[in-house]
Amino acid sequence: MKRFIGFIQKEFYHIFRDKRSLFILFGMPIAQIMLFGFAITNEINNVDIAILDHSKDATTEEIINKISRSKYFSIKQMITRESEIEPTFQKGKIKAVLNFEKDFGKNLIVEESAKIQIITDATDPNTANAITNYINAILQNYQQSINKDIQLDYQIIPETRMVYNAELKSVFMFVPGVMTIILMLVSAMMTSISITREKELGTMEILLVSPLKPFQVIIGKVVPYIFLSIINAAVIVLLSIFIFKMPVEGSLFLLGAESVLFIITSLALGILISTIANTQQSAMMISLMGLMLPVILLSGFIFPISSMPVPLQIISNIIPAKWFIVIIKGIMLKGVGLPYIWKETLILIGMTVFFIVLSIKKYKIRLE
Amino acid sequence: MKAENVIEVNGLTKAFGDFKAVNAISFEVKKGEIFGFLGANGAGKTTAIKMLIGISRPTSGEAQVVGYDVFTHPESIKKNIGYMSQRFALYDDLTVNENITFFGGIYGLSRLKIREKRKQLIEELGLEDIANKLVGSLPLGWKQKLSFSVSLFHDPKIVFLDEPTGGVDPITRRQFWEMIYKAADRGTTIFVTTHYMDEAEYCDRVSIMVDGRIEALDTPKKLKQQFEVDSMNDVFLKLARNIE
Amino acid sequence: MGISLRNIDKSYKKHLAVRDISFEVNSGELFGLIGPDGAGKTTIFRILTTLLLPDTGQATVAGFDVVRDYKSIRQSVGYMPGRFSLYQDLTVEENLTFFATIFGTTIEENYDLIKDIYEQIEPFKDRRAGKLSGGMKQKLALSCALIHKPKVLFLDEPTTGVDPVSRKEFWEMLKRLQKRGITILVSTPYMDEAALCDRIALIQDGEILDIDTPEAIVNKFPKTIYNIGANNMYKLILTLQNYEHTYSVFPFGEFVHYTDKRDHFEIKALKSHLESSGLQEVTMSETKANIEDAFMELAKK
Repeated sequence: MKRFIGFIQKEFYHIFRDKRSLFILFGMPIAQIMLFGFAITNEINNVDIAILDHSKDATTEEIINKISRSKYFSIKQMITRESEIEPTFQKGKIKAVLNFEKDFGKNLIVEESAKIQIITDATDPNTANAITNYINAILQNYQQSINKDIQLDYQIIPETRMVYNAELKSVFMFVPGVMTIILMLVSAMMTSISITREKELGTMEILLVSPLKPFQVIIGKVVPYIFLSIINAAVIVLLSIFIFKMPVEGSLFLLGAESVLFIITSLALGILISTIANTQQSAMMISLMGLMLPVILLSGFIFPISSMPVPLQIISNIIPAKWFIVIIKGIMLKGVGLPYIWKETLILIGMTVFFIVLSIKKYKIRLE
Repeated sequence: MKAENVIEVNGLTKAFGDFKAVNAISFEVKKGEIFGFLGANGAGKTTAIKMLIGISRPTSGEAQVVGYDVFTHPESIKKNIGYMSQRFALYDDLTVNENITFFGGIYGLSRLKIREKRKQLIEELGLEDIANKLVGSLPLGWKQKLSFSVSLFHDPKIVFLDEPTGGVDPITRRQFWEMIYKAADRGTTIFVTTHYMDEAEYCDRVSIMVDGRIEALDTPKKLKQQFEVDSMNDVFLKLARNIE
Repeated sequence: MGISLRNIDKSYKKHLAVRDISFEVNSGELFGLIGPDGAGKTTIFRILTTLLLPDTGQATVAGFDVVRDYKSIRQSVGYMPGRFSLYQDLTVEENLTFFATIFGTTIEENYDLIKDIYEQIEPFKDRRAGKLSGGMKQKLALSCALIHKPKVLFLDEPTTGVDPVSRKEFWEMLKRLQKRGITILVSTPYMDEAALCDRIALIQDGEILDIDTPEAIVNKFPKTIYNIGANNMYKLILTLQNYEHTYSVFPFGEFVHYTDKRDHFEIKALKSHLESSGLQEVTMSETKANIEDAFMELAKK
C-alpha cells in the first residue's frame, strides 16, 4: 500500500511541475466555458434589418414600431425600391428585409388580408430561421391584438412555450456539451500522455522491473486525474450557475455521481489509448482525432443526432459522450432523477467496464 | 611563414545570467590541423562549439571562423563549414543516394556537381552495393563513415565533429580516423570532440576545458611531459584532480 | 545468486539481434559484456531482466527462470537501463525516495550500501535530476538501483557518454560493491574498462567472440605486437598498409600496433623500410596486446 501511495505522490509531482499540463488541466476548461458562454451564441439580439414600405400608412407604422421596440431587431435602413434589396444584403450588415405591399392597411380591412414579404439572409440558416420565426411571432401578436373584437368560429390559437429553456439561451445547450468535452479531453488525453511519457523516457522499464504490479501502475496514474477532473467539473458547474445563471434543476449529488462515472469512463479510455500509443505525441493525436472530433460531431453537442443520417446515428451510440450529454442535460435542465436516466447510466457503466477489461488485457508486462 | 588560421578565438564568453558557461577562452586553430577539443560533460564544450558554428550568439569576446566574424556573419560561417554529430546524422528512411543528394542540395551544390561528387563518394567508400538501401538498415559504423563524408561534400575548409565515434566498434573507429587523417592531409581542418582518450592522441593539438575555461592546450606529447604521465587519459585525470 | 544463459536467440522484425548466447556469471562476480553499439548487449540485458522473451534457450537469474519466475526476478534485482532513466522533474532526494518506496524499503534502511556514492551528490539533493551533470546522474541512477539491496545488479552501459574522470570513479564504486557480495553484470563499449572486470564476454553483431578473464583473453592473442611510432601518423599507417608483410596495422594513441604475417622477422629491416619511405623519428618496440587488440582480431574472423 505504501508503494502505491509513493507512486501516486510522484504522479502529483509530475503534474504540478509541468506548466503545460497545468495549463491544459485548468486554463483550458475555463477558457472554453467563457468562450462558449459569452462569445458564441445562437440567439438573436439587435439584428440589423431593413424595411421596404410601399404603403407608409398607419398600420405599417404600427407594425414597424412594434418591431423596432423589440430587443431582437434594430431597424437600420429604410429602402424605397425593390432593386435596392439585393445590394443591401450584399453589403452584409442587413440580415432581413421586410417588404410591405402597397396599400397594406387598406387591403387588411377591405380584402381582409394583406401581404408582407420577409426576406432573410440565409447564408446563416439558423439565424435566418430564427429571424423568420420571431417576425412571425410579432406579426401574430399584432394580428391577435387587432382581431380582439372579431370572433371567428373555429380558432386555433397556438401557444408556444419553449420548455426547459424558455429564453432559448444557447449557453444552456453548450454548457453540458463543453463540460463533457473537457472532462473527456482532460481525463483521456492527460492520462494517456502520462503513461506514454514513462515509455518514452525509459522509466517504464524500471517500473516494470520492480515489485510494482501493473494494475498499481495504472491506477496510480489515474488517481490524480480523477481528483483534478472532479475539481474541473465542479468549477465548470459553478461558473455556469453563477456567471451564466444556468439553473441546475436536478440533484447536485446525482450530477456529481454521474460526472465521476463519466470521468472514470474517460480515464479508462485514456489507459486504452496508452496501450496502443508509444509516444506522447501519438497519444495526443489519437486522443484529439479519435476522441475529440467524433465527440464534437456525433455526440449531439452541436448537431442534433436526430438530424443525422441513420448510419451516423447508430455510430453515435458507441460514443460515451453522447450518453453523458443526455444525462447531464437531463439533470441540469430538466431536473430528472435516476429513474429517468438509469438506462443511460447503465450504458456508461457497461462501457467503462469494457474499456477497463480491454486495457488490462492489452497492458504489456514486457517491452514488446 | 605563418600558417593560415582557420579559427581565431579571443576572450570568448557565453554567460547565462551570472553563470559563465564559457569563460573568456582564447585559442587558434591552423589550417590542416587536427584539433581535439576535450572536456568533461558540463565543462562548456558544447556551448563553445555552438558559438563557433554560428548557432549561438556569444556574450562577449571575439571569434573568427573561416575568416568570418561569429557576431556579424554567422550565416556565412554555416555555409562554409561541415558539421557532423552523433545526434545529427542522416535520414534513416532515405537511401544512401537520396541522403547524399539531399545534403548536397542543402549545401547549395549544383545538380551536376552533386551527381559527380556522389559517384566519387560512393566509389571511395565502396558503397556501390548498398547505394540504394535505406540508411536505417546500415550498421552504425557505415552510417558514421557516410555521415562524415557527407559533411565534407561541399569541400569546407573546416569540419566540426561532435563525438563522431561514440559506441562504434574498434575497427570502424580506426577506419573512421583514417578518413579523418586523409581529409586533414588534403588540407581540411578538423575540429573534433571525443570521450575516447586514445583518440586525443591522434590529434595535432588538444585543448581541455574545465568549468568554462581552457586549462590545457598543447600537443599530446608536450601535455604528457608536462603532467609527467604516459597517456592522455592520465593527463585528463591529473588535470581534473589538480583543479579540485 | 548467479546468472546463466543457454543458447539464447532473439530476433526483432526479421533481424537477428542475438544468436546462441551462452555464458554464466558466478555469484559475487563482476562480469563485463564488452562490445560496440548494436552488438546485442541491451537485448541480453532485457532478456535477463525479464523485459523481453527469448525466442529460444533458457536463462536464469539468482536461480529463477526468466520466463516462468519473472515476478521473483523483478522483485529482487537492481536495474540501471541505458540513458540512466531517472525522473527529470523530481529532485535527487525525491527520485531516491521513490525507488526506495516502490521496493518496500526506505533510504535509511540500506544507506550504508550507497553511502559513498550518494555522499558525492548529497549536496545537490534538492536539485532536479534533469539539471544534473552526466556524472552525477550516473551516481544517482546507481544509488536508485541499489537502494533495495539487490543480490544481482544489471548495469546497461552506465559509463557511455560520461567523461573519463567520472568513469574511473564509477568503476571504483563497482569494485567496492562487489566486495559486499553483489553479483554485477555490466555492459560497456569502452574496451579499457574490460580490464577491470573479473571475467568478460566479447560480443559483436549478436555473437559472442570469447569469454574469459581479461588476462587470459589477452594472452590468447596469437601474434606479437609492436608499438611503432613516427613523426607522421597518417603517413606511417599508409606506408604500413602498403607493406607486403603487414598482417594488421591499427593506430593506438601515439603509436601504431603492428603485427607481421611472418612469425619471426627482422625489426631493423622494417625500420629502414619505413625510414626510406620518408618517415622520421621511427621507433619500434615489442608490446603486450590489450583487450582491444584481442577484440579486433576475434571480430575479423
